[in-house]
Amino acid sequence: MRRLRRQLLFYSLLVAVWWLIADLEIWTPYLFPSPRGVLEALRWGFADKTFLVGLGISMKRIALGYGLSVALGVVLGCLIAASEFLKDTLGGTLLSLQSLPSLCWLPLAVLWFGLSEKAILFVVVMGSLLSVTINTEMGLRHVPKIYLMAGRNLGARGLGLIVHVLLPASLPHLVAGLKQGWAFAWRSLISGEMIFVSLGLGHLLMMGRDLNDVNQVVAVMVLIVAIGYVVDRLIFERFESRLRQKWGLSAAP
Amino acid sequence: MATMRKLEEVLHSGEGKIRLRGVSRSFVTAQGPLQALEGIDLDVHAGEFICIVGPSGCGKSTLLNLVAGLDRCTAGEIWTDGHRVEGPSSNRLLIFQELGLFPWLTVRENVEFGLRRRGVLRQECVERARRVLRLVHLGGFENSYLHQLSGGMKQRVALARSLVMEPEVLLMDEPFAALDAQTRDLLHQELERLWVETGQTIVFVTHNVREAVRLGDRVVVMTFRPGRIKCQFEITLPRPRTLEDPALTLVARSVLDQLKEEINKAVKTEFRDETTA
Ligand SMILES: Nc1ncnc2c1ncn2[C@@H]1O[C@H](COP(=O)(O)OP(=O)(O)OP(=O)(O)O)[C@@H](O)[C@H]1O
Ligand SMILES: [Mg+2]
Repeated sequence: MRRLRRQLLFYSLLVAVWWLIADLEIWTPYLFPSPRGVLEALRWGFADKTFLVGLGISMKRIALGYGLSVALGVVLGCLIAASEFLKDTLGGTLLSLQSLPSLCWLPLAVLWFGLSEKAILFVVVMGSLLSVTINTEMGLRHVPKIYLMAGRNLGARGLGLIVHVLLPASLPHLVAGLKQGWAFAWRSLISGEMIFVSLGLGHLLMMGRDLNDVNQVVAVMVLIVAIGYVVDRLIFERFESRLRQKWGLSAAP
Repeated sequence: MATMRKLEEVLHSGEGKIRLRGVSRSFVTAQGPLQALEGIDLDVHAGEFICIVGPSGCGKSTLLNLVAGLDRCTAGEIWTDGHRVEGPSSNRLLIFQELGLFPWLTVRENVEFGLRRRGVLRQECVERARRVLRLVHLGGFENSYLHQLSGGMKQRVALARSLVMEPEVLLMDEPFAALDAQTRDLLHQELERLWVETGQTIVFVTHNVREAVRLGDRVVVMTFRPGRIKCQFEITLPRPRTLEDPALTLVARSVLDQLKEEINKAVKTEFRDETTA
């Protein structure tokens, strides 16, 4: 409760200061957005459905791209955890690739797939696949040996051991990986969408620039942040805290 | 030639529930090889309650892991019912010293785990789990998670998780170490009663000599590093026994005398390890 009050106070203050600065017109309104202008842009955007369409398109892309990278990442993580050979070879490669910002995959994507849907998908997958893979692998590798022994002792074998012991035991790591993967996927998507007439949120951002409409630019930015935040809070945070509660883990690791 | 004959013997005698022949286990550690167990010969009869005592680090847990089939001997053989132990079996269950309960499952789900893997129907699992949980006085905690339980309660969950499977052989690694005296007393009685009822074969590892004499038909004392069998005591005291029985105290004292030698050896070794390290 106290936290909520604090946050409310902070944000109202922030908007008030912003409002004040905008009203003073130190910079021209073409360059400096005002809260009123941004609100207006949001309203117009939703009224003429451009924002809704953009949102829909972006969500479809993220669902596909993120879904793909989760499926691929979990399988890849399992394989790397299962094999010393893969860990020494592929595992090391993936770790080094992690230092590559996902936007760096864009030129390659454009060369391979042209300015197309596939190029964006490729960037999204490359952006989030590594987090999912690495965290899955780490989670599996760090499962305490005693759980495996207990599982085998009680008759779990092969696939049963994986499904009923290994995966649940590594769930905290796995969820951390999914969460991080989501954040990367969302960022990669927006950057990818900025490069051509993709109709997604990233494209709307660039359109704002082309129209010299600083309010639209900021309005779309607000939208992007809001969605990232909502998914993170409403889905991952909730799931994680339920998990922590169940396991009796204290605050975030 | 000698080993051949031994093998034949083992194969053709049906009575030994568990037979260990020349069982050794060494580990490769950073400080070099470590001989944890060496040349253990032991027969456990069907329905016997056998207790193993020994100083910390003498290889008691290692021995139980081997009998459970969760680890492999570096030399020697283990047989149960005339079959060579090749891997774990839910008919031969180990209750781990570290318990190894699953924190992602509720108490009841933990207890049901083995039954579910065996393909027992859901409804029956629930009923059997409920019955066993009541037996260990955890009836009201079916839906709790492990972190909500005390150490002693967790030990009882681990006990329930194995008991529910009704295994022929129960291997228990210091199962009552974290319990207070009253609860321990209660569980001694329960365990004894269950053992008489089911005719299970129990191998029970403990630090506590009085507990060993209270429960066992036989008490085996192990040596320290390498772990060997030092001596065995047949306990012929009538059952049911109580810890307060003076006769029990007398027997416990003679077991303790044997054990103390080994504990002193262990303390000396550990102390030397520390000063040279
Ligand atoms: N996986 C392992 N790798 C290396 N050394 C091991 C391993 N497991 C056990 N040991 C060593 O083997 C010896 C016996 O260990 P074990 O756990 O069987 O002792 P214990 O008799 O059960 O002791 P405690 O009474 O303290 O539980 C110890 O010296 C231990 O360090
Ligand atoms: Mg031990």
